[in-house]
This record gives sequence, C-alpha cells and structure tokens, in this order.
Amino acid sequence: MPAQVSIRPERFGALLYHFGTRRLSFLKSPELLKVVQVLADFPTARAACTDAGVSAAELPAYRAALATLAASEMIRERKPS
Amino acid sequence: MSTPLPLAEQFQYGLDAPICLTWELTYACNLACVHCLSSSGRRDPRELSTAECKAVIDELERMQVFYVNIGGGEPTVRSDFWELVDYATAHHVGVKFSTNGVRITPEVAARLAASDYVDMQISLDGATEAVNDAVRGPGSYQTAMRAMANLAAAGFRGFKLSVVVTRHNAGQLDEFKAIADRFGAQLRLTRLRPSGRGADVWDELHPTAAQQRELYDWLVAHGERVLTGDSFFHLAAYGDALPGLNLCGAGRMVCLIDPVGDVYACPFAIHDSFRAGNVRGEGGFTGVWRTSELFADLRQPQTGGACTSCSAFDACRGGCMAAKFFTGLPLDGPDPECVKGHGAAALAAVDLELVPKPSLDHSRPASRRAGPVPVTIGARPPDRACEESPLAGLRL
Ligand code: SF4
Ligand code: SF4
Repeated sequence: MPAQVSIRPERFGALLYHFGTRRLSFLKSPELLKVVQVLADFPTARAACTDAGVSAAELPAYRAALATLAASEMIRERKPS
Repeated sequence: MSTPLPLAEQFQYGLDAPICLTWELTYACNLACVHCLSSSGRRDPRELSTAECKAVIDELERMQVFYVNIGGGEPTVRSDFWELVDYATAHHVGVKFSTNGVRITPEVAARLAASDYVDMQISLDGATEAVNDAVRGPGSYQTAMRAMANLAAAGFRGFKLSVVVTRHNAGQLDEFKAIADRFGAQLRLTRLRPSGRGADVWDELHPTAAQQRELYDWLVAHGERVLTGDSFFHLAAYGDALPGLNLCGAGRMVCLIDPVGDVYACPFAIHDSFRAGNVRGEGGFTGVWRTSELFADLRQPQTGGACTSCSAFDACRGGCMAAKFFTGLPLDGPDPECVKGHGAAALAAVDLELVPKPSLDHSRPASRRAGPVPVTIGARPPDRACEESPLAGLRL
C-alpha cells in the first residue's frame, strides 16, 4: 500500500483515502480489511487471503476486490527489494 | 464476501469519524465580496485560537479524518492560516480549501502544487464574465481565471473548479466544463441550498424544473468525470441514480465546525436545531461526533413521511434535510425541488413567517455587520468546499 494511502477501520470494514489521487474507497468487510493489512507480509495475495481466513469459494470475490483496489492505486505491487 | 447491508444502509448509522468535515476558520470575510475583504482581520473574539485549532487537528489525526474542507470566502485572511495548513498536513490531515482565487499568486500556487495533502477549489458562478461578475462582483471572473492559470502553470493538476448551479448559469454547463479542461481542473457542480440567508435568495436563484431536468441529463451523460459531492441525489428520482451514495450525510458522515468551535450536523444546517455541541467541551470534537444526542438521533433510521409511498424513494429519500428546513417544509416530507413536483406544492402552503432563519449570532456576527455593507449579501451562496459526502470519487 502506497504511503499516500490512509486506512480507517469502520464497523462495516474500512475507508481508504488516497492523498495523491484524492479518491475515497471502501473495504466492504472486516475480512477484506484483514487481507489488505497483511498483504505485504505474504508472497502472494492468495496466501494473504488464506491467512485472513478467506475460504477457497470466496477467493474469486477477493481477487476482484483487490483488482479494483489496484486499479485505483490503493494497493500496488511491491517494489523489488 | 459477506456484506450484510449495502453501504448506504451502513452509512446511515454513522461513521466513527466524518468523511466530510467542513471547518470555517474565521468569520472575517465569509463572503466573496470586495467590501468584506477590506474589513478583513476583524475576527470574532470568541474564534478558536491557533492553539485550540491545533488541538482540534490533533483530534482529527487521532480519529483519522482524512481531510478537512476549509470553507468560507477567504480563509487565508486568518493570519495563522498557512501555519494551520502546515500543521494539519504534517499531522496527516489533508486540507481542501475553497477560494475566490484572490491570493493565489504564482508563488502560492507553486507551494500548493508541491503538497499531496492540499487540494484547492476555485469558485465561479458564471462561465462568462457577465454572468459571474453580476453575482460575485466586478473583477471576480478575471481573479478566478488568473488563479487557475497560476495553478495550471505551477503544475497543480486536478484542482477543482466549483460551481453552484443557479438559474443564471444552469445553461452554461458545457462552457464550465471547457474552462475546467483548459486548466487541467476538474469540474465540480453543487446544489444551491436555501441555507445561510434563508429562502428568499433561493427562491430567485434555484434552477427551474426544466433546468433541473437538463442538469440531470447532463450529469448522467458526464458520469464520474464531473464531481457533484453527491449533492444532486434528489434528481435521481428522474431515473438512474447518479454516482455516489445518494444519502443525506448530515451528522452521519458530514459535519461543520464553525469559527467559535460549534459543531453542526451539516454546513448547510447552521441553526440551533442542528447544533450538536462545541469542540471546547470536555470530550472535544471526538465527544461531540461520537456521543451527541443530536447525531445519535440523525443516525436512527429516518421516516420518509409523505415520501414513503413515492416510487423514487429509494433513490431520493426525500432529498436534503437543510433545504427542507430552511424553506419551512417538514423534514420527513418531499424536498422543495422534488422532481415530482410535490415540493413546489408543499412550498405554496408554507407560512413564510414561520420559516426558520439561520441562528443570527453565528451567521451574521458583529464583525461582519461592523464593516462596510457587503453589497453582494444575499446575492450569492457561501462557498463551501464540501457540503456533504465527496462520494463522486466513490469506488464501490
Ligand atoms: S446538504 Fe442537505 S442532503 Fe447534504 S448533508 Fe446537508 S442536509 Fe443532508
Ligand atoms: S416525493 Fe419525496 S422521494 Fe419522491 S421524488 Fe419527491 S422528494 Fe423524492
């Protein structure tokens, strides 16, 4: 997640705000928030989802949600270190 | 993924912190008026001090309020304005401010362009000099153009060109869009609300029914490329919903802090009935936002009253609370600009004597009355960076 993105947990999940694009976004569930929070600690998004307790059946929905976030620059591929 | 309730329903119960917080820093020069500017600096003695403002910013940082909208005519008349902007941005609270452009010199523009945490909104009431200056005063069109040119030259991309849609400029939407495009700005259209100076001005200036229809079609055609701050959701009753949450955010995700620290449910609801508390109180702003009785009330499911039976209720939800209040309509009935015509009918039955006036001690402070008479008073709506949720940027 870029440094310009701020994340605020809310009852329904979380609100995200990108200071660079000045766009607001939502995480529609606490589970998705968990995924986003641990994303950087895992080699793949799938591993992060598994860690957050996402079932196999739910994976496609999470993939779509993460793709949407990536498209709005809320998350991005980590820089090779 | 499990989503028990649609977001609009979730938001109805309120958020832990506002999304759209408007903060009017000073009473001095709240109008974009030459005469007001000349009497600038006469602040209300009760205004929050620099230290008190910083304490509020500290709270906002803890609450993770992403940004504040600094409203008013010229917030820069406060001598500590830049100090507060720097303090806020250093504490991860972004600042969006609204200006008529008079102080946006090339130097200021360069400084603004350098920060991710600052956003700007230049207000214009007409796409032509004649239409604009008739309302905002001679020279104001050129001032705004110069400011936008300076911002564009400084490389500030995507600042906002903000237009309150009125009867006089509703036919100029394409022209406004062209101006915004020319400067690399984003056009933001918002609704004229009968707040502040009551219903009289609104009567003369609010778009006609035919203009509303054209506006709706224009907004649908332009989609997310034009921002509206979700302010035209009452038009959704024409058909397709417009981008955004289509929900009155007052006290749920929207609020106002005024110069003396009073907290209101919405920047358009400056009246004792909508005052939730003061940031100087024991619990500070956080306490007001989270525990005030007024906000708890507003976060209850609202009844639609006469609107409940309307086929468009899901989209329109009876429209804007402030617009109803200041035109004397019941809060659980139709919006005065109800596209089905129910508002006009209801308005005809309103006893003008009983229409609530904004709380005078706040909207007409002594400092303003003491100055030269502001000739444009009543002629133009106040500039507000954000009158409700900025959800035109919403990505669900
Ligand atoms: S402007 Fe109207 S609709 Fe918007 S938050 Fe205020 S009262 Fe609600
Ligand atoms: S009757 Fe009420 S819900 Fe229906 S369009 Fe009019 S204001 Fe909206």
